[in-house]
Amino acid sequence: MNLKELPPLVRVFAYLSLLTVGGGMAAFPELKILTVEVHHWLTFPQLVHLYSVGQMAPGPNMMMIVAIGEWAAGLLGAIVVVIAFFGPTGLLTLIVGRLWTKLSKWPWRKSIQDGLAPVSIGLLLAGCFTFARGAVVGFDTAAIAAGTLLILLRYKINPALLVLAAAILGAFAF
Amino acid sequence: MSEAVTTPAAPTTPSANAAAPPSLLQIFTEFLIIGATSFGGGVVAYLRNGLVSKRAWLDDRSFVELLSISQSLPGLNSTNMAILVGDRLRGWSGAVLAFLGMCLPGGLLMYGVGMVYHEHGDRALVTAALKGVAAAAVGLILATAVQLGKKSLDHKADPLFVIITVLAVNRLHLSVLTALLGVGVIATLYYRPGVIRPKSEEAHT
Repeated sequence: MNLKELPPLVRVFAYLSLLTVGGGMAAFPELKILTVEVHHWLTFPQLVHLYSVGQMAPGPNMMMIVAIGEWAAGLLGAIVVVIAFFGPTGLLTLIVGRLWTKLSKWPWRKSIQDGLAPVSIGLLLAGCFTFARGAVVGFDTAAIAAGTLLILLRYKINPALLVLAAAILGAFAF
Repeated sequence: MSEAVTTPAAPTTPSANAAAPPSLLQIFTEFLIIGATSFGGGVVAYLRNGLVSKRAWLDDRSFVELLSISQSLPGLNSTNMAILVGDRLRGWSGAVLAFLGMCLPGGLLMYGVGMVYHEHGDRALVTAALKGVAAAAVGLILATAVQLGKKSLDHKADPLFVIITVLAVNRLHLSVLTALLGVGVIATLYYRPGVIRPKSEEAHT
């Protein structure tokens, strides 16, 4: 167990949590820079793999951060990462949730919601493009990505099944 | 589910239609079930099914209202919803238990996956399977972006703000925080109170 990694884990994941407007993917470009390039807790391919597996897991789709914490500082690292990542935003949500009915009379609330809607979609796409640089590495992976996108837009199917199918396809084909 | 419905001014009373609020154990258990079964993303649908349809702890209007708070704040929708619903039902201890129930199954699973991957991640079969999984994840995330965009982008100027945000992060390599605050402030000022901006023709599905 590596105790000296705990303070940077807290700093990095508390910072990342504030960027997750509209979902975890918004923070992905910074997640890559901080965990891969700055702190070397894992490599970019490892991050892409863990993130993809995390999409299949039930519950919040960012629980893969637990694995990063575990690699960097063992069980304590995993626990610290969860507290750092969900603590600040959780507290903010609790407070704003209680003030919300009062805020409904504040005219800027609608402005902020309207303004953040396109920004959060933009951050989701930006995160996706950063992620794709590690995940779409040739014609075959591009075909799987495009196929998944088209099937999901066309049919109502549980995405976890498609991801599982891609895993089996990958294991046999690559 | 109409997320565009603006919440009326009338304040909603906590747990509008439930006679007695559920116990902390019931809250923890229900969120544990949702946290363990919500495969394939789209946790919101599982939450609505569990909290509104099955348990009737919330009515649909309160659910949409809490979802709109979740989406306006940083943090994941699923955990923000757990915190807000838990708080409405049983105060802060309800919020903590709902959050823990939501995160525990996926967290334990990813803890195990992380350890196994660390040991065996470099095996050829594992790498090949994960290559497929990562490619499919790109398609999944893009599909999410398209579906969210259809639902929440209803002004003519919105696509422009989307493009500026993407370019700021991916081309100019600004930090996500700079892009979020920079474009966020400009877009908020653009939609400032008292100014009516044109809606896009094909607003909403």
